[in-house]
Amino acid sequence: MVQFSKARLDVSFAALSDVTRRGVLEQLGRADASITALAAKFAMTLTGMKKHVGVLEQAGLVTTEKVGRVRTCRLGPRRLEEETAWIERFHQLWASRFDELDTVIDELKQKEMVHGRKKTE
Amino acid sequence: MDARRQNEPAPAPMNAKNRTTVERTSDREMVVTRTFNAPARLVFEAWTKPDLFRRWWVPKSAGVSLLACEMDVRVGGGYRLAFANGASKPMEFFGRYIEVTPHSRLVWTNDEGDEGGAVTTVTFEDKGGQTLLVLRDLYPSKEALDAGAGSLDAMPETLEQLDEVLTSGVGDPRERPSPGPR
Repeated sequence: MVQFSKARLDVSFAALSDVTRRGVLEQLGRADASITALAAKFAMTLTGMKKHVGVLEQAGLVTTEKVGRVRTCRLGPRRLEEETAWIERFHQLWASRFDELDTVIDELKQKEMVHGRKKTE
Repeated sequence: MDARRQNEPAPAPMNAKNRTTVERTSDREMVVTRTFNAPARLVFEAWTKPDLFRRWWVPKSAGVSLLACEMDVRVGGGYRLAFANGASKPMEFFGRYIEVTPHSRLVWTNDEGDEGGAVTTVTFEDKGGQTLLVLRDLYPSKEALDAGAGSLDAMPETLEQLDEVLTSGVGDPRERPSPGPR
């Protein structure tokens, strides 16, 4: 079972695992750009670039806005809000603690069930 | 399916993990919530018996070992946790319990920092066989809470997990070599 924070991290890391997408982020760190401009910059088709931007968008690393016929990309909230990263660290710590706590509690429950049965027998 | 359990709420599937939420509710406060599939008295037990507590407070993925876990769970009683994280000096966390209400409420201080530390309040609420746990960390100031995140740097936990995410990707985690002694 994938836990919430890991699922999110997985999406982020999958997004960052591609050299073009990392390049796009770097580029957008300097200035917002249209998909057309990014496609030209990275020498790829519009469709190809749309796919990459879509992955980055899903991960919250990029947001896009269509004005007229131009879709402009900029760095997304995951990049800009340090707060999110900050909360995420607490979240990871607590989620993994609590997953281990589940195991401990399950054992206590098991023990109690065995005891309970013995009593009623 | 299981006749004996007819009168009890349907148990959650064994492998489904309940969701942990973390929220910064104010400049000075962090709130963590989680539901456990057990009555409050069992959850409380796991928070107040050192031999149980030490098994989960440091997640397996953390790669640190707990050198000491002393807990005197009563009002005014102290606790001390010491971790070895590879650094020359063990990390220590300590404080005092200022409220202990069996099965429902624990409050302790965090006194390891230089300035005033956070006060942690944990409540356990029975919800028909499940327990809603709410943990609140109240810091003396916004700055202290901001810096609190910095103290997480000392916990290799985050990096370790990052490592796990990066290396597991596709494979089964069991296929990877053990990260070493804990």
